[in-house]
Amino acid sequence: MQIEKKPLIVAFCCNWCSYAGADLAGTNRLNYPANVKIIRVPCSCRVNPLFILKAFQRGADGVIICGCHPGDCHYTTGNYYARRRITLLFSMLSYLGIEKNRVRLEWVSAAEGAKFAATMQSFAEEIAELGECKRLEDLRCKK
Amino acid sequence: MQEMIKSKLAELLSTGAVTKVIGWKRGENFYDVSPAAFESVESLADFVYDDFCGANLSKFLVKEPGKESKVAVVLKPCDTFSLNQLIKENRVNRENIFVLGVPCEGKLSEEKMRVMGIVGLTGCKVEGDKVTVETLYGTETLDKNDVLLTKCATCHSKKHVIFDELIGETGEDSDVDRFVGVAELEAMSEDERYEFWRNELSRCIRCNACRNACPACTCEKCVFDNDASGVAAKSNANSFEENMFHIIRAYHVAGRCTDCGECSRVCPQHIPLHLLNRKFIKDINTFYGDFQAGADAESEHPLVHFTENDPEPSIVKEGK
Ligand code: SF4
Ligand code: SF4
Repeated sequence: MQIEKKPLIVAFCCNWCSYAGADLAGTNRLNYPANVKIIRVPCSCRVNPLFILKAFQRGADGVIICGCHPGDCHYTTGNYYARRRITLLFSMLSYLGIEKNRVRLEWVSAAEGAKFAATMQSFAEEIAELGECKRLEDLRCKK
Repeated sequence: MQEMIKSKLAELLSTGAVTKVIGWKRGENFYDVSPAAFESVESLADFVYDDFCGANLSKFLVKEPGKESKVAVVLKPCDTFSLNQLIKENRVNRENIFVLGVPCEGKLSEEKMRVMGIVGLTGCKVEGDKVTVETLYGTETLDKNDVLLTKCATCHSKKHVIFDELIGETGEDSDVDRFVGVAELEAMSEDERYEFWRNELSRCIRCNACRNACPACTCEKCVFDNDASGVAAKSNANSFEENMFHIIRAYHVAGRCTDCGECSRVCPQHIPLHLLNRKFIKDINTFYGDFQAGADAESEHPLVHFTENDPEPSIVKEGK
């Protein structure tokens, strides 16, 4: 039997807003694609650019980072720093010719369960359209 | 010029004002001028300052734990930016350094001459925008612009931002557009850019020279020396590590890179690494306001600073 290889999506969610938003989506029984794998981080600014590249190395086809809305960070300013870092990284990826839709940053609060589900849905569709990530793959990790 | 510098250095060493001088010394060949340390007045006989002194000496000042003697260093204008940045990051103790600023009119690249078929260099004289080279096979006159180091062709400043004493005079900031190369790449399609970088980066042999020469790369433990990082060595299986290495190398110096151009200069594979660093510099300038690392020792580092109205990352998608 051929197992369909769904695109794999890694979502870095901050503990205080987006992860709680995902929880809310669950308790409200809102569906979001099963190929979105959530990694919980204390804050969006915990996401080292290396994490994102590592996710691609290990076979992710798309990476999305979610955090509290600017101004609402649990640690007051973490997401502002994250915003600068991530903007520069995304710009560099695109500069190297990596499809710019493979990465995304969204602000999702703990009250936005519906937004979380909708964001994941739309991101998953975008990645499905792009297909497998070939430009940042590491064959050794695919064995 | 060289003699003036030498006598100043000799004075510093003989009066005991400094115990060591960091400068340049000729290697095996005429054009092979490399960084060197001098600890006595006699050893200064080998000191060289000529048109091949491209190397940036700032990095040699990074603190050696336990060693706190006073060191003199000879710096060209662009090198002083690197030193300023190191002082700002507390990697160099200002009190222990004596900076002798020297003027620079752009350094020459032997490699470019070799490509033009000029080998066996034994002498060289610059007059205005002409260079007269003597080789084992005769004398030739070249256009200086053709044989300038790539980094010097787009030099951003001839002004010494930090010095204790100057030999000659300091210059001005230049208004050359250093982002032409970046803009050309940005104007290409995604696929073309990918092809361009594949072609460039796949030549990388992971010698790590770009990291080692960079005056901004001064971590005691580098992520690329960590076997567990998964990027400590070159993979021969595919392109991932090349991308990863180059993104992370450039990223780690983003906002701290002074655009000294050492990384591109030392790359044995002639990979235009400055195009990666300058992309970050250009982005920082457009997104967060003009910033020149090393221009002063006080301003906020753009990556550990923010404003509430910074653009969202989706700005990248909207295409620039
Ligand atoms: S990244 Fe290159 S240009 Fe920038 S400071 Fe380091 S060596 Fe100089
Ligand atoms: S100096 Fe050049 S070849 Fe060496 S690691 Fe850097 S980019 Fe690769």
